[in-house]
Amino acid sequence: MNPTFAHEPELAAAPVARSGAGADRVFGLVTAGAAWLVLLLLGAAALSMAWGGRLAFETFGWRFVTSSEWDAVGGHFGAFVPIVGTLVTSAIALIVAVPVSIGIALFLTDIAPRWSRGPIAIAIELLAAIPSIIYGMWGLFVFAPFMAAHVEPWLSSKLGPLPLIGALFTGPPIGIGMLTAGIVLGIMVIPFISSIAREVFSAVPTALKESAIALGSTRWEILSRVTLPYTRSAIIGAIFLGLGRALGETMAVTFVLGNAHDLSISLLMPSNSIAAAIANEFTEADTDLYRSSLIALGFLLFVVTLVVLTIAKLLLLRVNRQLGRTH
Amino acid sequence: MKASRMAALAAAILIAGCGTQTGNKPGQGASALQVTGAGSTFVYPVLSAWAADYKARSGTSVNYQSIGSGGGISQVEAGTVDFGATDQPLKSDELAKNNLAQFPVIVGGIVPVVNIAGLDAGKLRLTGPLLADIYEGKIKNWNDPALVKINPGVPLPNAAIATVHRSDGSGTTFNFTHYLSQVSPAWKSGPGEGKTVAWVGGVGGKGNEGVAAYVKQLPNSLGYVEYAYVMQNHMTFALLQNSAGNFVAPSAAAFAAAAATADWKNAQDFNLVMTNAPGAQAYPIAASTFILLPRRPKDKAKSDAAVAFFKYAFEKGQQQANKLDYVPLPADLVQRIESYIAAKVK
Repeated sequence: MNPTFAHEPELAAAPVARSGAGADRVFGLVTAGAAWLVLLLLGAAALSMAWGGRLAFETFGWRFVTSSEWDAVGGHFGAFVPIVGTLVTSAIALIVAVPVSIGIALFLTDIAPRWSRGPIAIAIELLAAIPSIIYGMWGLFVFAPFMAAHVEPWLSSKLGPLPLIGALFTGPPIGIGMLTAGIVLGIMVIPFISSIAREVFSAVPTALKESAIALGSTRWEILSRVTLPYTRSAIIGAIFLGLGRALGETMAVTFVLGNAHDLSISLLMPSNSIAAAIANEFTEADTDLYRSSLIALGFLLFVVTLVVLTIAKLLLLRVNRQLGRTH
Repeated sequence: MKASRMAALAAAILIAGCGTQTGNKPGQGASALQVTGAGSTFVYPVLSAWAADYKARSGTSVNYQSIGSGGGISQVEAGTVDFGATDQPLKSDELAKNNLAQFPVIVGGIVPVVNIAGLDAGKLRLTGPLLADIYEGKIKNWNDPALVKINPGVPLPNAAIATVHRSDGSGTTFNFTHYLSQVSPAWKSGPGEGKTVAWVGGVGGKGNEGVAAYVKQLPNSLGYVEYAYVMQNHMTFALLQNSAGNFVAPSAAAFAAAAATADWKNAQDFNLVMTNAPGAQAYPIAASTFILLPRRPKDKAKSDAAVAFFKYAFEKGQQQANKLDYVPLPADLVQRIESYIAAKVK
């Protein structure tokens, strides 16, 4: 798009000429306006949250980010526990969702019988239409008891005694905590990643895949040497989208995370997330400092998301430079 | 234009409302009035039941939004609603500052519930200080000597107590922690009282339903929920020792006893939390929701309609309240409230 359109606002007022050029300029302005509007809204949202949270930032300074104390009665607020909880549950969600989503996408584009592709794809996309509170209720009433009875006792008995990673799987198996929340989030994220992955996988030129087959490649070699390198950027974009969704998810997490402002290394223990803390506490936040701290949490979620996405983007640039652009 | 015609219509209705309101007879004059209120979620079920019945009788519709006590207070202070409702009473100086009147409207109770295999409802006995010690993590096991001592013959397991609390800010938590602060000096100087406090361990469920679900699912857990949830979900409640030394079960009669024996006489602007009431049969964690009304309302007709609505609720609304597991206020308290309103709201 030509950026100079943005500097010629008088064109918008001019009667739309029969010539294509005038209409084109109007169209250019409209699209430019839409794009800039998003940026403007984003900036305004960030600014207003920073402004709303200024009392908390002024009062606590950096301690707001590094302190794990959250005491509404005493008026001490620190966001460390919700930040860690948000990052850990989102990381678990991606560990669960990325392999499954890519597997689904690959199955649907290359392996599944042609007649079954449509129905399965629609079923997976319908997963995205389920309201998050339904996932939360399912997590609480069905999945958490299952985790408590079957998965978590096994994890703590088999992995708990191991050095280093053992600490991640200690504690009573109550079924409610970061691991359960991460897995539920992972299931919620799958349709977002898999439907984009399916689209881009089916855009890989058949000639490339057929050449690989002609050279005697197995399905795994086609995936790892042709399909994934060809679609790398788009797949990472899809993972970003899923990550954004996981970072900001509120309702489902609130139900299964345990909502405790406690710092624990074990994934089986309850924790809190930024979005869940805001949803839980905003209605009854009755002091200025409390309300300001919750708005500041919202701003931090914004910052955390920005940092995570920036790191991922830089990583992608480096990978692309190292491998050289093959397409 | 349309807007100005609407305004004229509204003005006409208001004038009509003012004209007949002095007779204080619902069903006349005030027919098209709409009263709006906002606040506590605790009182929402009974307020909406009353509102439906009152609209059928008088034509006045009462629109209540359960946005939480904090929201209710700020909305009535800003004058965007005709009345607010809060679970935590305001102090007299706060009321005076914003020119508000305050009175209790209904009584409920907060009940400790447990999930211990093989234990029936009403068998486990707890005292306030023990409850505080458990929530503070000082008593960790169900077979702790202190618990065994007051529960002879009750099979208490050798298992860790999993405590469950509310994760959202709520009046339920306020009343519960207010009670713990009254009976345990350590709790008072530790977590203290509030709509959310800094809990020591445990898991947080969202809403009464969240706590009820966690308690039902976590073996050996202990939580606290409103009385209605105990009844509707058939939960295993514990008996609680009151300040007279009796172990009482939660019941409408026990909450009413707490409301009747609480010291309303000396509570300015009804600023009283009923926990730890002195009566022999009083339930120790009885709770009330308070209505906030502007003392000098901008819109007199609406304020009068709101007052008439609560008058109806006090005098005719007991049945709906009982049906929803709330407890109506005792008659002498109602009288006290009515003379308070007559004196304060002009």
